[in-house]
Amino acid sequence: MADSGAQAQPKPSSSVKLVLLGEAAVGKSSLVMRFVNNDFQENKEPTIGAAFLTQKCNLPTRTIKFEIWDTAGQERFASLAPMYYRNAQAALVVYDITKPSSLTKAQHWVAELQRQASPGIVIALVGNKLDLASSNPNSGSSDGDDADAAPAAEGEEEGEEGEGDARRVPTKTAKAYADEEGLLFFETSAKTGLNVAEVFTAIANAIPETSLKGPRGVGGQTSLGRQEDARVNLVGGRTEGAKEGCAC
Amino acid sequence: MEGTGNADPQTPGTSLENAPTSSTQKNDKVEQQDFINPTINIIQSASRRTSTSGVSSISREETPPPLPPRPKNLAFFDSRPSSSHSLAPTRPQLVSKATTQLSYTDTQSYNDESREESLSSGASRRKNYFGLNVSRNASDAEDNVSVRSFAPTIEVGGDAESILGEVIGDHEKSLLTSLGNRFEDKESESLFPPDPEFEETFKQEFDEIEEMKADGSNEESVMLQWRAKLKHFLILSSAGKPIYSRHGNDQLITNYIGVVQAIISFYQGANDVLRGFTAGDVRFVVISQGPLNLVAITRLTESDAQLRAQLDALYMQILSTLTLPSMERMFATRASYDLRRPLQGTETLLSALADGFTRGSPSTLLSALECLKLRKSHRHVINSTFLKTRSESLLYGLIVASGKLVSVVRPKKHSLHPGDLHLIFNMLFEAGSVKAGGGENWIPLCLPGFNNTGFLYMYVSFLNLEHPTEQVQERPVSKEGEGDEVAILLISANKEGFFELRGMRDDLVEQLQKNGSIDLMRGAVRQGRPSCTDIVPGSPLRHFLYKSRGNVQFTMPSFDPYFQTALDRRRLMNLYHHLHAHLHTKPTHLKIHHSTSTTNISLAWTTPLFELYCVAPATTSRAALAQAANKVIQWVRKEEERVFIIGGAVF
Repeated sequence: MADSGAQAQPKPSSSVKLVLLGEAAVGKSSLVMRFVNNDFQENKEPTIGAAFLTQKCNLPTRTIKFEIWDTAGQERFASLAPMYYRNAQAALVVYDITKPSSLTKAQHWVAELQRQASPGIVIALVGNKLDLASSNPNSGSSDGDDADAAPAAEGEEEGEEGEGDARRVPTKTAKAYADEEGLLFFETSAKTGLNVAEVFTAIANAIPETSLKGPRGVGGQTSLGRQEDARVNLVGGRTEGAKEGCAC
Repeated sequence: MEGTGNADPQTPGTSLENAPTSSTQKNDKVEQQDFINPTINIIQSASRRTSTSGVSSISREETPPPLPPRPKNLAFFDSRPSSSHSLAPTRPQLVSKATTQLSYTDTQSYNDESREESLSSGASRRKNYFGLNVSRNASDAEDNVSVRSFAPTIEVGGDAESILGEVIGDHEKSLLTSLGNRFEDKESESLFPPDPEFEETFKQEFDEIEEMKADGSNEESVMLQWRAKLKHFLILSSAGKPIYSRHGNDQLITNYIGVVQAIISFYQGANDVLRGFTAGDVRFVVISQGPLNLVAITRLTESDAQLRAQLDALYMQILSTLTLPSMERMFATRASYDLRRPLQGTETLLSALADGFTRGSPSTLLSALECLKLRKSHRHVINSTFLKTRSESLLYGLIVASGKLVSVVRPKKHSLHPGDLHLIFNMLFEAGSVKAGGGENWIPLCLPGFNNTGFLYMYVSFLNLEHPTEQVQERPVSKEGEGDEVAILLISANKEGFFELRGMRDDLVEQLQKNGSIDLMRGAVRQGRPSCTDIVPGSPLRHFLYKSRGNVQFTMPSFDPYFQTALDRRRLMNLYHHLHAHLHTKPTHLKIHHSTSTTNISLAWTTPLFELYCVAPATTSRAALAQAANKVIQWVRKEEERVFIIGGAVF
């Protein structure tokens, strides 16, 4: 793609393999759908296995082509995850801000990535379903006291906090964890589109230039990666004209 | 007709009891009484069923524990053996009935009482439905009573009279009222007698059940909604843990799961196998597969064998998610294991299957697949393109257009199990989760018919035929032209084969586009199924199903224009289920089965080569129907290589 796309796009472009991980039903596929198609589906059915999508992201100096593996969150697919995060340059670990247990799961994924994935992988921690939190900007961070109580109240949909605020994970808690582990951190809403493009742009910016030598990236050592490049290029060249960049 | 089956005698009693349940009059008092009854009903009928009818239909069953029948059923009990085992008592009934009914001739075509005992279950349900109609439709009490009191004696005729359950008195009434302009309409428009009750229930069949409120204030209405469903499926572990329920949440079904579990384990405890029982107008069929018990509960016209096939499909879906050894391992460590955890996310697949069964699926009924009609040479081009682009690790390759098979490539020594394909089609075209996500998919799945111990990996990519230029695009933009979509499925045993198969897909699509096959497919998809009159000009047939036994495939004409609504299709499927049950009843093997009702005439015909089911308006003569059936056979013979995939591409 880099070659064929060069005429249309003077900017250097490179492929980035990105994987989404996180508990079931936190909104991984919805984030991808928002990013790729700028679309949202209420009550989306669970992903089975994994879905593979691509989307370009135009930065001022270069174009990043994301090759996205959207994995299923169910426990039974966990054993397949290494296949998807192996050689990935970026990972989006997603949790649901209304469900504290999903943050715990996200932390497990982060730990696994730090242990097993390529060194240098860019990890973003994303708290999704921000639309369910009350609009009061303070509620997230000022509810710090509730942080401990939140897991206990997990079962209840409407807590005592009132105003229909379904948030159960304070921004502060997650942000502190992300800082500690050196992760990018965002709270998003796939439903409204809030912050979704920003996540991907931030990842694109965070990918070190050195790992972007060409369309090949640092990955692509395995059969999975190598094949991928050959194919992706072919396709990318063709769709180049039709798709004018992404939202970012 | 075969209504004299053993379960019949309960009709008067149960119909009286259950009539209020489904009647539209929402009388609280009656409902409440009904509330208490079901459990008793279930147990009572369970005992009755196994002690008598169970024996007749299943020789394997041991003598069941004797349970005393309810006193009010005793009379019918006694009469049962005579009516179900000899023809003698049936005859007089037929004759005496003829004097009160319009369609004596109709009953004549049902001379096959010999089958009736094994069909008893189906018959009993129909019968009961009939009972329901009586109490429902007869508006004044007098009518009600008299018809009911007739019920036991006219039941044979009643069943023969109408496959889809309509009472004579009722029919007369509607005939009188509609003799004017509407009568003709009905003759030309509908093959089925009007049945507002069924229509109403069916309309709500696919609605979600309300959430139970915390204070339980709406408990009664929720229960009523639940009980009004025509079809339920319950899956539970042998330890009695709920695994899946088609309708209702845990809170709602707990009691029922408990009762069902108690009944099942009661028989297991006695070293007996409970296969099914009838409670009121509801048929229960149970299968036990290893650590799982699956229960189908239906008020539709379906035989036990057909329900078992549906349960088998649900069981295969579970295996497809877990594989047999891993499921067994889960239960081996702990019998009370909660299987819902590993199955998380597949409820939609199970429900899509269940909904398909509720709508009525010819594919499941016949255990066969439908193919896209293509010229032989065109299919040949697609097949050879497939073979040419085949990649190393490919096991099966399929092209599927709107649920119809276009082409298959497979290894010489493996064929594809229709049940497996049904699961795949269900996942891709019914559940929609794969398609909705866009992009390409890599799905681990077990094909239990192929090998229930391990996983295969399936590459799925949808092409949008409407926009051929966008075919190779990775993300289909919108999903409007759903019916026109074509899926390419490439199955491999190699877990890491995604990019290899993706490459093959690209080659394949490019080649198919180059040699014009994509356009041909699009044409064929757009054309849809031909209508009956396209197939045989002037044919009186409204619809038919033709199954080629050898190819395990079927073909049928378009549902339009006569069966456009889901309701009409369901009624048609009811009829097909009914005919199918007749043909497949053991031990008798019917070759040809004619059936006539006031509104339609139908024929089921089986030979070692094919099964044919067809239906025409009641005005059609039997000879004309038979002739039309023959014409269909000739047509299929002529078009065989177009409507069926014969052999497929083999490597």
